[in-house]
Amino acid sequence: MSRNNKLQIILDGIVRNNPTFVLVLGMCPTLGTTTSAINGMSMGLATMCVLLLSNIVISAVSRFIPDKVRIPCYIVVIASFVTIVQLLLQAFVPSVYEALGIFLPLIVVNCIILGRAEAFANKNGVCDSACDGIGVGIGFTIALTAIGLVREILGAGSVFGFKFIPGDGALAFILAPGAFIVLAYLMVIFRKLTSDKA
Amino acid sequence: MEIVIIFISAIFVNNIVLTQFLGICPFLGVSKKVSTAIGMSAAVAFVMAIATLFTWLLQYYVLIPWSIEFLQTVSFILVIAGLVQMVEIIIKKISPALYQALGIFLPLITTNCVVLGVAIQVVSNEYNFGSGPHMLGLGQSVVFAVATALGYGLALTLFAGIREQLELSNVPKAFKGVPIALLTAGLMAMAFMGFSGLVSF
Repeated sequence: MSRNNKLQIILDGIVRNNPTFVLVLGMCPTLGTTTSAINGMSMGLATMCVLLLSNIVISAVSRFIPDKVRIPCYIVVIASFVTIVQLLLQAFVPSVYEALGIFLPLIVVNCIILGRAEAFANKNGVCDSACDGIGVGIGFTIALTAIGLVREILGAGSVFGFKFIPGDGALAFILAPGAFIVLAYLMVIFRKLTSDKA
Repeated sequence: MEIVIIFISAIFVNNIVLTQFLGICPFLGVSKKVSTAIGMSAAVAFVMAIATLFTWLLQYYVLIPWSIEFLQTVSFILVIAGLVQMVEIIIKKISPALYQALGIFLPLITTNCVVLGVAIQVVSNEYNFGSGPHMLGLGQSVVFAVATALGYGLALTLFAGIREQLELSNVPKAFKGVPIALLTAGLMAMAFMGFSGLVSF
C-alpha cells in the first residue's frame, strides 16, 4: 500500500463516490439541515466524525463478528458513537445541538454510514477504512455546505451568517421546496462537471 | 378533538416527507411504481405503530425512572431492529400472502429514519395544542404514528404516480433519474405548503 493509494481512496470518496451527488445516500440530513451554510457544515462534520470512528472500529472487529449478526453489531457501534458526538455537541456547542435537532440522533440510520461499513470497512484494513471515512466524510461535508450556502444566499441574503443583501430573501429556499430544488440543480451541475472530465 | 387535530396536522400540515425530510431514501428508492409504493407504506405504517408503542413504554418506564436517557438512541434503534425482525417472523407464520406482498420492504424499514424519527419526536417534543405545550400520552402517540404513516403513504403514492408518467417523458440527459425526481418533490412540497394554515391553534 503506497501513499498514493491512500490519497486515491480519499479522493474517490470526495469525487467519484461522492455520497450526496453520485451515490444519493443520506438524503434526509442533506435536505433537512441545510437551511444555512453553518448548519450544513456542522451536520457534515458530525457525520464525518461518526463515519471515521465507526469505520475504524468495524474494520478492526469485523473478523470476529459472525456474518449473521453483523448488521445489529454495526448498528450498536454506530449508535454508541452517535451518542458520544451528541453529548459532546450538547456540552460544548449547544447552539449547533439545537439547530440540528432530531437529525443528530438520526445519524444512526444515515445510510452512508451503514453503507460504508458494509461496502468498505468490513473488507479492508483499519488504515484504508479510516481514509475512506475521511474521504466520504469530506465529500458529504462539502456537499452539505454547498447546498446550505446556496439556500442561505437565495433565502436570507447572507453567507455564513454575514448579511450582504438587505431585506428578506426568497423565503421558499429556506423552507422545504427550496431544499429539493437546490439539491436537484447542484446534482445536475456536478454531473455536468464530472462527465466532462471523464 | 385533539385526536382529530393530531391526525390532520400529521398527515397534511407537517407531512413527514415533504416538510420534515424524513424517509427520503425510500421515498426516492421505491417510488418508481405505485404498487410497490403502497406496499412500502403499508409495511411502514405497521412497524411504526408498534415501534412507537414500545419505545414510548421504554422511555417512560425504563429510561426515565432509571435516569439513563442518554441511552435513548442506542436502545430505540435496537428495539426497532428487533421489532422488525419479530414482525417479519410473525407475518411469515400467520399470513404468508401478506409476507409475500411486504417481503423485501420489511428488512429495509430498520434503516428508514421515519420510524426512529417519529419514536424520538413523540417522547421528546412537546406537542402544542394552543393551551400550551403538553406531552403526548400513549394513545395520542400511537395515533400520531399512524397518521404520520398515512401522510408518508400519501406522499409516496402520489409521487410514484407522477414518476410513472415521468418515465415516458423526454427529460434532458443531465436531469434523468434523481434530479428530475427531486424537482418534482420540490413542487409537491410547495403544494403541501398550502396546507400550512389548515389547522390553526
